[in-house]
Amino acid sequence: MMLEVKGLHKQFGGIHASRDINLVVEKHGVHAIIGPNGAGKTTLIAQLSGALKPDAGRLRFDNTDITHMSRHRRAHAGLVRSFQITSIILPMSVLENVMLAVQSTEGHSYRFWAPVSQDAELKEKAMQSLSEVGLGNRADQMAGEISHGEQRQLEIAMALALKPKLLLLDEPMAGMSKEESANMIELLKQLKGETTILLVEHDMDAVFSLADTTSVLVNGHIIATGSTDEIRNNAEVQKAYLGD
Amino acid sequence: MDWHLLISQLLNGLQLGLLLFLLASGLSLIFGIMDFINLAHGSFYMVGAFVGATVVSLTGSLIIAVVVTMIAMLILGVLVDILIARKLYGQDHLDQVLVTFGLILVFDTLAHIIWGSAGATIPLPDVLNGQIEIATFVMPTYRLLIIVCGLLVALGSYFLVTRSRLGMLIRAGASNRNMVTALGVNIDRLYLIVFAIGAAMAGFAGLLIAPITEASIGMGNEIIIIAFVVVIVGGIGSVKGAFYGAILIGFIDTLGRSYLDDLLKLFLSNQSAETAAPALSAMLVYILMVVVLVFKPEGLFPPSGFNKK
Amino acid sequence: MIGTLSKPSGLVYSTVIVLLLIAPVVISLMEHSFYLDLLTRILILTIAVVSLNLIVGYGGMISLGHAAYLGIGAYSVGIPSYYEVFNGYIHLGLAIGGSALFALVTGIICLRTRGLYFILITLAFTQMLYYTFVSIEEYGADDGLVIYQRSEFGGLLDIENANTLYYAVLVVLLLSLYLMHRLIHARYGKVLFGSKHNDERMQSLGYNTYQYKLSCYVISGTLCGIAGFFLGNFTNYISPEMMDWTHSGELIFMMVIGGTGAVLGPVLGTATFLFLEEFLSSITVYWHLIFGLLLIALVMFGKGGLHGLLSRMDRRWEKSQ
Repeated sequence: MMLEVKGLHKQFGGIHASRDINLVVEKHGVHAIIGPNGAGKTTLIAQLSGALKPDAGRLRFDNTDITHMSRHRRAHAGLVRSFQITSIILPMSVLENVMLAVQSTEGHSYRFWAPVSQDAELKEKAMQSLSEVGLGNRADQMAGEISHGEQRQLEIAMALALKPKLLLLDEPMAGMSKEESANMIELLKQLKGETTILLVEHDMDAVFSLADTTSVLVNGHIIATGSTDEIRNNAEVQKAYLGD
Repeated sequence: MDWHLLISQLLNGLQLGLLLFLLASGLSLIFGIMDFINLAHGSFYMVGAFVGATVVSLTGSLIIAVVVTMIAMLILGVLVDILIARKLYGQDHLDQVLVTFGLILVFDTLAHIIWGSAGATIPLPDVLNGQIEIATFVMPTYRLLIIVCGLLVALGSYFLVTRSRLGMLIRAGASNRNMVTALGVNIDRLYLIVFAIGAAMAGFAGLLIAPITEASIGMGNEIIIIAFVVVIVGGIGSVKGAFYGAILIGFIDTLGRSYLDDLLKLFLSNQSAETAAPALSAMLVYILMVVVLVFKPEGLFPPSGFNKK
Repeated sequence: MIGTLSKPSGLVYSTVIVLLLIAPVVISLMEHSFYLDLLTRILILTIAVVSLNLIVGYGGMISLGHAAYLGIGAYSVGIPSYYEVFNGYIHLGLAIGGSALFALVTGIICLRTRGLYFILITLAFTQMLYYTFVSIEEYGADDGLVIYQRSEFGGLLDIENANTLYYAVLVVLLLSLYLMHRLIHARYGKVLFGSKHNDERMQSLGYNTYQYKLSCYVISGTLCGIAGFFLGNFTNYISPEMMDWTHSGELIFMMVIGGTGAVLGPVLGTATFLFLEEFLSSITVYWHLIFGLLLIALVMFGKGGLHGLLSRMDRRWEKSQ
């Protein structure tokens, strides 16, 4: 298995954002996590990526205990996330953003002399990731100047450039138009099989067309896990989430 | 141990602490509510001292001086907020540092132009110039007055913050800025009031200290740094924190200067103790600040409902 | 190269550099040694501002305590000289080692904080250093030390000679400018730039941004320590007052006049600041007022400083071509 979460707990003041979360993400395929607003999806992602420390529980990733591993180490281990709110370096070009990601996979960056702009290999690898998400023709534009949908694609390109074993996608369809969403779903379908994806998403259509397995998070707790059909027909899920 | 010395040092510490509170409470609220680092807050302290000195020399009355200074400082606070500070609330910190640094230069030079380079004294009336004896203990009347005034203002601001509607908004603003806006409050006006009251309190502190140290150019530039230490130690955005923080820093600073060498002599040779003590006592408050920032960055007495960001 | 030279910014910068190179000759012909002093001072402080620009402009770390390194560098000359050790290599070694160590130790702690907290904690450490030197009676406490003899570099350099000192400083400045230019375009600089604008993102990309920032902080402190070494030699007098927080504020002021984050910005900023200071203080004692108003206006209306102005002129020039 790719990722195993055991007994994860996180509390803010009196609010249990994560309550005894147990989760297994198998290798390959897409595992989706759905849940209503305020269910604790963002908190869960933050703990998986290492931005937040859990109060209790263990995380195992690719046969290593990563509970106490720092964010940047997790990224190098192959656990790579994207952000719900587009998180790119706005005053850099699209290509430079991805180059930063590629650069991260090539050992340390304490290189003070050679200009990055003349590093053909770095550029080429970055262009590859960009073409993969269909942004090849935007390479030289500033990241702040492309459309919202394209910025989300750029996010994915940066994540892909890290050669992830597990891609944590935090609502990749957030704030997208219908057309942009459809494009993104197509893109994610292509990635399926290349890498394991843990998809946290609000958009039901997207989840049901992509996910092999779906878990439902309600009030910080996972109430059900199963195939798309099982989840659709689960009475508890319908009551808690789909019912209204 | 010399008990008279200890008591008099404790009172000095309390006096310093209360003056720091007058500066730091406004600074802390401006910091916490407006996300604004105001290096020029010490200039209000200086202007208060000079205005007070001028009014006393014109009218001979300390009471009139207090009233006029307060009004002048409120007006000055309003002007600085409207003309300059308001445009920088919540903006780039580097810009805030630069502009308020520029303000210090402006205020210092204006004081130089208006009051000359020599500084100004405030002569005390005879009633306040004497000493008060309690049992065998003697203390200058005016220092006692500073302590009483400081405590009264502290008490007043306690009631203002905990009991009034304005205070409720201030507390809400300090712990969660967005909430106040969401409540539909006129945020500009709230900021204006906080800034002006802060300026007035700093000016009052300057006026209080002027009879002892005299009003001088740049007098605010050293104490403002200590006031920032108080703000950090007490917890940004908390008046209660500013109070305890200020008293704590006041004691540490005063007692450190008078007793640290004795304390060090327990561990070190006499000579090295005497060399190390003055440096260490001046550094103590900064060391405290660093320790607080590293281990309890929200401060020792953070505003209630403080959210870690 | 010729193309960029004929741009307004290219013209200004190349003129400045040529002027700096020939200045001692011209000044000695005019017999106005005062101007050589002013220029030397400008160059020394430019090195300090270049170092500050590295952490603020590229690393996003606003320090209000950078004057500490000027002090460390200057005392690295003053204290050995007090014991009649005049060896310049020892002085320079102390300046580099001392400031690197101070930057490392304080940086480890400072970088655990952010934003306004970072500004104040850098200030706090400099205050500690300030009071340390104020309290050491042996080294003059408040009054400081007079340096009777400048650092000796065997037969290699004689910086007692004003022209030699000037050129030594100029060479170090040009080297540090070139280093900055290489650094910000290299991998290291890209990581710094990224973490300035989105630290969280950089961590998720696998960068230990804390370490990168810390190393940047140490490089900056060390470079400023070298500036301090020259400052001590130049003024022949050092005191804790060099580390007063208002001097740290002035360094930021110079940086912003030139344009934060522009490689050559510090040259223009420092020169403008010190020339203005010289000029205004000769016509009125109230020159600080003009300075203060200028600073406020600069932030409120003049984004990007002088370098920003030049870039705008460049764009207009390019359109007209």
